[in-house]
Formats: sequence, C-alpha cells, structure tokens
Amino acid sequence: MLRFLAAIGAVFLRFLAATGRLVVFAGVALATAFSPPIYPRVILREMVNIGYFSLPVVGLTAVFTGMVLALQSYTGFSRFAAEGAVATVVVLSITRELGPVITGLMVAGRVGAAMAAEIGPRRVTDQIDALATLSTDPLRYLVLPRLLAGVITLPMLVLVADIIGVFGGYLIGVYKLGFNPEAYLNRTQQYLETNDVVSGLVKAAVFGFIVALMGCYHGYYSRGGAQGVGQATTYAVVSASVLILIFNYVITQAFFAR
Amino acid sequence: MTRTAVPKISVRRLKKSFGRNRVLDGVDIDCATGESLVIIGGSGTGKSVLVKCILGLLQPEEGSIRIDGAETVGLRRTARERLMQKFGMLFQGSALFDSLRVWENVAFGLIQGRGMERQAAKKIALAKLASVGLGPEIGELRPAELSGGMQKRVALARAIAAEPEILFFDEPTTGLDPIMADVINDLIVKCVREVGTTAVSITHDMASARKIGDRIAMLHGGRIVWEGSATEIDRSGNPYVDQFVNGRAEGPIQMEIRAA
Repeated sequence: MLRFLAAIGAVFLRFLAATGRLVVFAGVALATAFSPPIYPRVILREMVNIGYFSLPVVGLTAVFTGMVLALQSYTGFSRFAAEGAVATVVVLSITRELGPVITGLMVAGRVGAAMAAEIGPRRVTDQIDALATLSTDPLRYLVLPRLLAGVITLPMLVLVADIIGVFGGYLIGVYKLGFNPEAYLNRTQQYLETNDVVSGLVKAAVFGFIVALMGCYHGYYSRGGAQGVGQATTYAVVSASVLILIFNYVITQAFFAR
Repeated sequence: MTRTAVPKISVRRLKKSFGRNRVLDGVDIDCATGESLVIIGGSGTGKSVLVKCILGLLQPEEGSIRIDGAETVGLRRTARERLMQKFGMLFQGSALFDSLRVWENVAFGLIQGRGMERQAAKKIALAKLASVGLGPEIGELRPAELSGGMQKRVALARAIAAEPEILFFDEPTTGLDPIMADVINDLIVKCVREVGTTAVSITHDMASARKIGDRIAMLHGGRIVWEGSATEIDRSGNPYVDQFVNGRAEGPIQMEIRAA
C-alpha cells in the first residue's frame, strides 16, 4: 500500500516539476520581449509559416465542418420541427467552438510538430549553444518570435476559418436542404453577438501560444539524436492538443458561464 | 605571448556533475592573455564540459571562473550576453545554421548579436572567409553543400568574425583527414596570432595539440593532472600524460571495456 502511494506521489512530483520547468521556460522567453533586440524578420517569417501555409488545411477542415454541422443539426432539429435554427446553430458553433478548436488542433499537428522538429536538431547539433556564443539569446531568437507569431496569427486564421465554416453551412443549407439564401443569411446574423466572435478569437490567441510553446519547449529540451527529436515532435503535438481542449473549457467557462 | 598579473581566464575548484556522475571534481587552471592553452584528455573526461562551464553554457555546482579577474559564475542573462561578446567558439561538429547561407552564418554574430547593418556585415564575412581560404562564391552556398573540412573553415571564420578576445576550439580536427587537419591547425595558429587572442582548445589529437598550443594541460578523473609547455609534453614524467601521448592501452588510465 505504502509503495503504491509512493508511486503516485512520485508521479505527482514529476508532474509538478515538469509544469514548473514549462512555466519558467515560458516566463523567461516572454521576459526577453521587454528588452531589445526584437527580431521582426524572424517574427514575420514565423507568421507566414504558421498562418499562410496553414490556410489550405484549415480552410478544408472548416468548410467540411460547417457542411457536416448544417446536415447534422438539420436532421436532429427536424425531429421537433426546429429546422429554422440550423443557420444560428452553425454560426454559433463555428465562431464559439469549432473554428478555434479545429484550427488549433490542425495547427498543433502541422506547426507544433514542425517547430519541435526544427528546434530539436539545433539542440542536438550544438546550434543553440552556438547562438549563445554569438551573443544571441536562444530564447529571444528561437522561442519568442514563435510565441508572438502564434498569438498574432491564430486569431487571423480562426477568422478565416469562421467565414469558410459558415459558408460551408450555407452551401448545404441553400443547395441541399433548400433554405432560402436570404433567409439563411438573415438567420446567421440575427443571433450572432460580438462576444461570440471575440471569445473565439481569444481562444485562438491562447491556442496559438500553447501550440508555439509546446513545440518550442519540447524541441528545445530534446535529447538523444533522431529518436529524441522524433519523441519531441510527438510530445509537442499531443501535449498541445490536450492543453487546447482543457483551455477551451476554461475560456468557455470564463466567457459564458452564468 | 604576453603574460600579465591577472590571468585572462582563471578557474578554481570547479565541480560539475550530471546526476551521480561527477565529471569535473575540482579543476584549477589559468590561461594568460594571448596564450594558447590546449586541454587534452580521453573521451568523456569532461573537456567539453569544462569549456561549456567557462562559456556559461553549463552551470557548475561549485567553484569560481574569472574572466579578466571578474567572477562569471552566476551572472545574470544580460551581463552574460555582454560577456559573450568576448568569446568566439568553434564547435566540434561546426554547428553551422543550416537554414542560412554561408556568409550569413559568418556574419550572424555581427548582425544579430551586435546589430550591424547586413551589407557591412557581409563585407566582413567575405573577408573572414577569404582569410580561411574560401572564395566569395562559397558564401552564397548552404552549409549542407560543403565538405566537412570546408564546414570547419566556415565555423572558424564565424568564430573569428567579431574578433573576440578569447577563442575556444572544441576538437577542431576531429573527423578530418590528416592533411585537412593540418590545414585547420595552420589556420588556427594564423588566426590566433593575427588577432592576438587568447585561445583555449580541447583535443585528443596530439599533432594538433603540439601545433596550436603554447601550453598543454591534461584532464583526467575530473582534475588537471599535469600542465606544462608544449615542448615539455614528451618528457613530462607524468604516467597519465605518457600513456595518453604514446597511445598505450596499458597504464594508469583504464578504459571501461566490458565483454559483450
């Protein structure tokens, strides 16, 4: 019994230590933003990597999510003659939940893994130490631009995903389910509030930070050659995905709990 | 070689462990201004760890490291960044940034570290590349397009680009053929003499140690077991040094070999 409790205690202590390391890593990296130099070229490059190159995959998932949502809500609501709510359900679900969450998960898979895979070999081949010997703080040069790019770019991506997702719902609503186009668009706007879109964008900013942080953290501390780098990319994607779902609940609670 | 009262680098009672493995166990060593010190020792004896501690890339548990008489252990980030401007380092695997072109690698410390304008930094980078025997056309290539010897030369050009006060060389000739190794040794000697910097090299290549070192120290068991001028190495009278220099399996240094 005592051995069992000791094992649970050891796991809990390891969890606390890992959380502490992650928080210190994020804090030290963010603290570099308050003193020069800042690297705008690197930030811009990372914004293009995260935003522009994620557009196809985010657009595709958003349009199909909107389409499925319209179909599912129609078949569900038709059981109690509430088909008219389809447009409202689509726009609220996309802007509040599905837009930011699906974009966050897609970007975690595409960008988080790429960040870990890019930074990991730099650790293994001494490039991070080389940065330090060239009077360049590795956290300032490698981590901060990615964190900032994640926070700035994800909301833009989510805004695009929201529009494409709602458009996917519109396509199904009008061309398959036979809604009047004008009525569908009216219903889409009617119950949509600023807070719905803003909460999604706040989620997006937080998810962007999480994806970049987990990619950088696991890449920065990867060990043991190719195997270590592979492990780092897996950890980056899994931990970012789990954290996105946890923080999705936390932010939803903060915005909408009465 | 100019000797001054205050050593350029002074290491005292330095200790560093990884888990239960104590790698450095009270290292004491000095390096005078303008001197070229070579630290020799077997693989895994902590030569790289010692240099990384001096550079501040690793934190020692105990001991003191003074640069120009000022303590550097426990320096804050900004003070450490300023101190780094005194250093240049050639890494064992060259550690070139593979996403940048060769000239950008050489100019990196000037542009990012010191805020120099790109065109001015490029001029300096191309001049440094020329000083290690590489033409301007090489500057436009990526590191992956270069041979191991050329990568070492680029790494050397990068290390000297900002004309640092102290240069560190980590196994500068490892993995190179004997001729290219000698070319690198000659370039190191030329760079150190031309710029007049203090140099600390770590190697287990004795030909390299004899050529680039004014003074040689041997690290074993976490401590410096012998130090003397490069010309004294063959008559050191130290059994560890004798075994290492002559490359004998028998002697006080026992390699950990286990039957499979």
